[in-house]
Amino acid sequence: MSHASTAVQERPTPPGGHGAPKSALTSRSLPRLAPVGFAAVAIALSVGISTAAGWHSKVQWGMIAALLFLAISYVATTVVENKRQAKDRLATSVVWVCFLIAIIPLVSLLWTTISRGAERLDGYFLTHSMAGVLGSEASGGVYHALIGTLEQVGIATVISAPLGLLTAVYLVEYGKGSLAKAVTFFVDVMTGIPSIVAGLFILSIMLIFEIQPSGLMGALALTILMIPVVVRSTEEMLKLVPNELREASLALGIPKWRTILKVVLPTAIGGITTGVMLAIARIAGETAPIILLVFGSQLINTNPFSGAQSSLPFYIYEQYKVGEAASYDRAWAAALVLIAFVMILNLVARGIARWKAPKTGR
Amino acid sequence: MASTTPIDTPPAPPAPPDRKERPQPTGRVGDKVFVGLSRGSGILLLVIMASIAVFLSYRAAIAISKDEGNFLTTFDWNPAGDPPVFGIAVLLFGTVVSSIIAMVIAVPIAVGIALFISHYAPRKLAAPIAYVVDLLAAVPSIVYGIWGALVLVPYLEGLNLWLDQFFGWTYIFEKTEVGVARSLFTVGVLLAIMILPIVTSVSREVFLQVPKMNEEAALALGATRWEVIRLSVLPFGRSGIISASMLGLGRALGETMAVATVLSPSFIISLHVLNPGGGTFAQNIAAKFGEADEFGRDALIASGLVLFVLTLLVNGAARLIIARRKEYSGANA
Repeated sequence: MSHASTAVQERPTPPGGHGAPKSALTSRSLPRLAPVGFAAVAIALSVGISTAAGWHSKVQWGMIAALLFLAISYVATTVVENKRQAKDRLATSVVWVCFLIAIIPLVSLLWTTISRGAERLDGYFLTHSMAGVLGSEASGGVYHALIGTLEQVGIATVISAPLGLLTAVYLVEYGKGSLAKAVTFFVDVMTGIPSIVAGLFILSIMLIFEIQPSGLMGALALTILMIPVVVRSTEEMLKLVPNELREASLALGIPKWRTILKVVLPTAIGGITTGVMLAIARIAGETAPIILLVFGSQLINTNPFSGAQSSLPFYIYEQYKVGEAASYDRAWAAALVLIAFVMILNLVARGIARWKAPKTGR
Repeated sequence: MASTTPIDTPPAPPAPPDRKERPQPTGRVGDKVFVGLSRGSGILLLVIMASIAVFLSYRAAIAISKDEGNFLTTFDWNPAGDPPVFGIAVLLFGTVVSSIIAMVIAVPIAVGIALFISHYAPRKLAAPIAYVVDLLAAVPSIVYGIWGALVLVPYLEGLNLWLDQFFGWTYIFEKTEVGVARSLFTVGVLLAIMILPIVTSVSREVFLQVPKMNEEAALALGATRWEVIRLSVLPFGRSGIISASMLGLGRALGETMAVATVLSPSFIISLHVLNPGGGTFAQNIAAKFGEADEFGRDALIASGLVLFVLTLLVNGAARLIIARRKEYSGANA
């Protein structure tokens, strides 16, 4: 400790060294609340400048305020403290400004969706379809799209959860050599496939075999997007299972496959569930494959294996394109339903993850 | 308790407990089936990847062979015309430009937020903020799309005029056409907002892995917080930041709905990014699909193939960088 404090004492005093000599420990420093003051000054100045110049856009006001804040705090710290402290404060300010800049659009997005969506969202909206509703009418609902989303996402989950799980088991429990390496690499690459490309892939199959659009085709495209997410998260979870558990079971003479089924998977089941739910949340919002493969419909179609269906994200896009005030309201309300669905899935999934985290012994 | 004793004893293994004449352990069949199933699903993944490439190439080849224009350089998309003419030049340009704008805006800010969460935010705030950032990564792109079109576009009009007024001399920010801000620049801003969460959360993960010893050593030498970050955090996290940005880039390249709702497309190439117009691969596919006949769909598939290859390259490179870093950090640990 004493070393540290001597190091502080030997810190070079400000080169300006005028007036009374001062030790580093008592060197002048800005009061702790100085940044707040700088921010207030910067905001006041930017409002002044902007009104004087007659700019209306709040974006400009914010940018000017941010730049002024950076400049003021840098100069003030250089004058009062020293250059190194000034740089440090500049970096701190930049980081804070970054954070504030980024938080504004994200808060605006959530706020707009919730406030605009709540206008139209009610029981009627959730339980009626768009059958016979004109775009300009303030009526209709999202029921058909909800059914479509649930069925398509359900089918995709039924296919991709077991596939993803088995692949992860292969990678963690059996995988050695070039095959496992190739699978790992391509799972990673597959995570980055744009949803529209997955849609085009299924579309090319439909064109070749002359298959008509249906919910199933959309679900297949969603499967391609979902599998890598499930594999990746399950793999992480399986790696967390302590090796002692596996060894204990194998030492009792239990075959490996039973060890995996009865010991490894139950231990990791919480994390695996979380991964699958996060993957569902991801694909539930995909629009592009639905446009290409399911076509969209105004009517209730409960059969995902034949005929066009709708889905929540597609419904939002469709209503946006109609371009009437009433359809914008419907789009926002559907967006709120979709965000609520995704967020609830996320929150529940993370809750499960925390609650069921693999026990590492007591 | 009994199960732990065999593990504790091995130091001096006497004789293997299994006798040779013992029958084959039960469950061999089960093992074989299980290995087969799990390896099979791994192989199935590879088959899917391969068939994506094969099927897209097959249909794309059909389209390109009938294209009367040059697929790479034609500034038009009219596969239904006589003769059919279409080319990806405009789409490639728009995709790359909007993604570059997004990266230029998003990466510094995302690194800033990641540093904020890992090093600057008050302890009590850091965890909730990180949590919210992760949640924002889950907001569906279509929601970003309608927010962008209905909220962001009007807001950016003032900024566009301002950029034109003060930076018009750079050519890039010269606004030569009057019109709403449905431009590549706006698309870039929206894409930046969309990829912020993913870039942030990957970079944050890396920053949190910086060995505490390095940071404390710098602090003990009297470094300020910024110097700690510059000397120990950023060098350690550099490859992490690069790969995070490339993951973000991969998303920006393939984003469909946000671009389709915001951009007012036109088949021109112009470096005046504030002018409305231009197009991207994904946006063009979503916009032209409804009116396309079978040949038109093949043409769209051809453009999708190019997008596929583009994202494959970007993501593959990002993953290779991450993998290389893993080896390094393993050696250092």
